[in-house]
Order: sequence, then C-alpha cells, then structure tokens
Amino acid sequence: MPSDLIDCDEVASALPQIVDGSGHADRAVLTHVESCLRCQAELVQYRKLLRALHNLRTEVLEPAPGTLSGILANLEAAGERGAIRSLLTGRRAAYLGGIAVATAAAGAAGALVLAHRSRERMRLAG
Amino acid sequence: MPTELAELVAAAQAGDRPAFDELVKATYADAYTLAFRLTGNEEDARDVVQDAYLRAYKGVKRFRGDAQFSTWLYRIVANCASTHLAKRSRTRSEPLDEDAPLIDERPEIDPELRADAALQRDQVTAALGELPAKLRAVIVLRDIYDLPHEAIADELGISEAAAKVRLHRARRKLRERLLPMRGEEEARAV
Repeated sequence: MPSDLIDCDEVASALPQIVDGSGHADRAVLTHVESCLRCQAELVQYRKLLRALHNLRTEVLEPAPGTLSGILANLEAAGERGAIRSLLTGRRAAYLGGIAVATAAAGAAGALVLAHRSRERMRLAG
Repeated sequence: MPTELAELVAAAQAGDRPAFDELVKATYADAYTLAFRLTGNEEDARDVVQDAYLRAYKGVKRFRGDAQFSTWLYRIVANCASTHLAKRSRTRSEPLDEDAPLIDERPEIDPELRADAALQRDQVTAALGELPAKLRAVIVLRDIYDLPHEAIADELGISEAAAKVRLHRARRKLRERLLPMRGEEEARAV
C-alpha cells in the first residue's frame, strides 16, 4: 500500500462512485489510486463490469408467450371502457340538460301564472 | 427516434388506436426485456408491461418528444415495476437485505478463470437476478439503460442521493461476485 493518508479500504468504497466519472472524486482518493496497484486493478474490474452491463443494452429477450396479445387485449378493454364512459357522460349531460330546461320552463310558467294572478287581484281591487 | 416510430407516436397522440397498437408491436420486446430485468421473472414482467402500455396509452398525449419515445417508455416501465414489486413484497416474503452476500454455488464458475475473461452475458444476467430488487432496479436503469439519476429517483420514488447510494452498493456487489479481487474469495469462503 502506498504511504498516503488514506487506505485501500476507504478507497475501495469510493471506487464504484468514480468509475464512470459521475461521482465526486476526492483528491486523496485519486492520489492513492495513482500510486496503488491494488486499487488500480480494482478500478479496472469496475470498468469491465460497466462495459459488460452496457453490452446488455443491445440484448432483447424473447417475451413470454401471450405478452403481446395480453397488452393489446388490455388496451382494447381500456378503449371500450373509455368509450362507454364517454357515452355515459354524454347521456348524463343530456339528461341533466333536459332537467335544467324543464326546471327553467316550469319556473317561467310559474312566474307567468303568479304575475297574471297578481294583475287580476289588482284589477279586482281597483 | 426513427421516422416510422415518430409517425406512429404522432398518430397515436392524435387518437389513432391502430397506430398505438403498431407502436406496441414495435417496442414491446424491448419494454419486456427491461421489465424482466427489473422483476426477475416472466410472470411479473408480463404484468408490468401490460400496466406500462396502459399508462402509456392514457398518457401518450403528454409525451412531448423532447426525449426519445423509448426513454419515456422505460420510465413508465420502471415506475410500474417499482409499484408492482412494492405490492408483491407486501404479499410475499422475500429477502430484501441489501447487505446479504451474493452466493454462487455453481462449480462451473471458477473465480480464477473468470477474473480475466470477458464477462459473459448470462453470468452478468444471473448475477443481476440475485441482487435485491431495490439494488437491481437502480443498476439496471443507470448502467444498462443509461437513465439519469434524477429520472431513476423520480420513477422509484426515492431521493437522488438514495438512488446513488443504491447504485454504488449494487456495483460493488456485482463486482465482488463477478470479478473478485484476490482475498475476497477466501474471505467469502470463511
């Protein structure tokens, strides 16, 4: 081990962070690695590991039987549910609209009757 | 994004269901592969991709095109897998100890021989499968699928710092398992 302030165990815990350059590399760690063959070798192993993992990116597995049909059937069912929901929403809106129109019409008719009665009362009183 | 895929995405965003089905056919094997790597088995992977495409279908209009469609889909798959595994861990008991050593008892894998040889895909895949799900998710998304730390943290519902800690722990475990340094094998055997 080189004679510096940090030992191989401490450096070992930092290697997974610095192997891809994404983690903060402490100066003491870098200095240690530069002069320590063991830690350099371990860093090389991490690089090999990262390359091997990266190589898996191009591998596409054969999906389990029924995967595609399952996805499409799920989407179909969701589409149908959506269509039914929108149909029901439309009907509900039409139903509520009908009630609103009927209520407004009844209100208007009531108002006319009241106004007519009021005029009658005034005519009789006058 | 290949033009054909971009056209399918645009059509799906305009409400064209058959276009979305075509999009599924073009991408589902890739999405399944990620789901399998995250969950570790076919049954869960199939459930996860079904959920993921359902979510993608409902949210395709929100895809802005500033990332690749595949990256957007991977994030959805990651999120669905995380939810699925969380549900599963509530109903099944499985080892979640992140510090438990990975033990490989297959005699054909000789540490001396494998140390200098290029790592075989099946070895790496097997070692990934033995990692605890929480560690596996992070290393798969970062080191295989190249998702940024921030995206990984978002989809797994953890902090960015926690995602990094898990990543480093996962790398260390895999390195010790696949490329042990002198002395580590003996230490494990004791």
